[in-house]
Amino acid sequence: MGIIEKVPAYIERLPGGGIVTTSMDWVLNQSRASSLWYMLFGLACCAIEMMAAGASRYDFDRFGMIFRASPRQADLMFVAGTVTHKMSKRVKLLYEQMAEPSYVFAMGGCACNGGPFYYDCYSVLKGIDQVIPVDIYIPGCPPRPESLMEGCLKLQEKIKKEKMSDWASDRKEV
Amino acid sequence: MDRPRFRPHAGKITVDNMIENKDLREEEFLINMGPQHPSTHGVLRLILKMEGEFIRDLTPYVGYLHRSIEKIAENRTYNQFMPFTDRIDYCASMPSNLAWATAVEKLAAIEVPERAEYLRVIMVELNRIASHLIWLGTMSLDLGAVTPFLYAFREREWILDLFEMTCGQRLTYHYIRIGGVARDIPVEFEKSCRAFIKDFRRRVDDYEAILTENPIFLGRTKDIGILPLDLAKDLGASGPTIRGSNYGWDIRKVEPYSVYDRFDFQIPIGANGDVWDRYMVRIEEFRQSCKIIEQALDGLPEGDTVRSKLPTVLRPPAGEVFSRIEAPRGEMGYYIVSNGDKKPFRVKIRTASYGNLQCLRPTSIGLKIADLVAIFGSLDVILPEVDR
Repeated sequence: MGIIEKVPAYIERLPGGGIVTTSMDWVLNQSRASSLWYMLFGLACCAIEMMAAGASRYDFDRFGMIFRASPRQADLMFVAGTVTHKMSKRVKLLYEQMAEPSYVFAMGGCACNGGPFYYDCYSVLKGIDQVIPVDIYIPGCPPRPESLMEGCLKLQEKIKKEKMSDWASDRKEV
Repeated sequence: MDRPRFRPHAGKITVDNMIENKDLREEEFLINMGPQHPSTHGVLRLILKMEGEFIRDLTPYVGYLHRSIEKIAENRTYNQFMPFTDRIDYCASMPSNLAWATAVEKLAAIEVPERAEYLRVIMVELNRIASHLIWLGTMSLDLGAVTPFLYAFREREWILDLFEMTCGQRLTYHYIRIGGVARDIPVEFEKSCRAFIKDFRRRVDDYEAILTENPIFLGRTKDIGILPLDLAKDLGASGPTIRGSNYGWDIRKVEPYSVYDRFDFQIPIGANGDVWDRYMVRIEEFRQSCKIIEQALDGLPEGDTVRSKLPTVLRPPAGEVFSRIEAPRGEMGYYIVSNGDKKPFRVKIRTASYGNLQCLRPTSIGLKIADLVAIFGSLDVILPEVDR
């Protein structure tokens, strides 16, 4: 009964078991927060750190995070690397292909605001938030896998605060 | 929209019957692959002209990661441009740094302390192993083998630990500077590095046990994507791609830079230039790099000078210079035009991946679409090197 004591729920004992009564919000948020499938989408240097985070030592699977190659199956997109003007339309398309609710990480300096390519550069988009909404910004060039994990924990906190009643107003404007 | 629809057959279903009923269509069609595709290792886009399963033509579209690095170089001083060289080839930042440093040193006639040269060799060879490990992991992942990916990244983390204790970064090192290296190695580096080499020799045998004689892997790689030598030369291929085609072209041997002429190592070459040969060349390079690192650690000169004294603002004399090194993917060089100012007038970057990407079209025409993934994996193209 360890985990059940932490559940904001009412438990009614019956002979041979019990009934757990809790809010739909809690169940949905808990299950969504603990199985964030991310899209395998590498742009530049940060993609290598994203791969390292998913590989042996850092092991993203512990968070229930498994990479999917298709945006249709993904809940979460790491914009990992430099976004050029040419690529920005494709990134927007990929974001729109993801099923609602979807979350976006701006990973690394380039995705946050252009990073080292801010000055004297004619081809780089100065921050992915000019194209798609961003939930978590992770600075660094590139960020370490630990900071990526910290970002995931922050996103889980954010998801756990969501309410079903907000979903309708939060829908994407396409 | 008027789409051809499946019609139920009257009678027995045979190929002849289907062709007669025009359900089995034979015309060519186009497939768009990328820029978001798990096996294109970045943002390459391919337009494939297919005839059934077979590739009839193929056009790579590049430029999705064009970051105008050559233009940035014209607006930075020679030292300020060094961090950008990290981002040209992020899997192998140390060789990129070394290429820029040797080019500027050649232009301005700067002496490098001997200890720094040895440290450069150690770091570059460690990074060659790390880069080939990424290639091994991603290529075997594309071919459906997940285990080598996890093994390769496990060993790569050890190399990154060595880099981290030296320069504090995991991926973009900025360690090799003009006139030497940034700082000396810590005391515990040598012991850890030797332990890594000892362990890694055994690990390479493990990779070979998993992949080299694996019938599935052999079926996917043997006699697939054969690159003839004369074609490879015409297309400007270099590195393991041309060495797989039975040609010992390695800048470390043909035009020794740094202190490579003092070490004893072989250049592995393949027999007929298929995917398996390119795989074997890289596996053998793991062992040769280990050999070089051990020799460099043995011969590492004593002393604490790792960077020669330079003026705060470096102003090389006017002139042109081209200097090249052997990066993990092949020949990497910088062509610098200087007009005596503190900033270069023009920088042209010659990268290996651009030449190697040209080999994709002639090797994959006529093969099945599944083989394209194997060929592309074996070329080890990295897209920021292509687009720059």
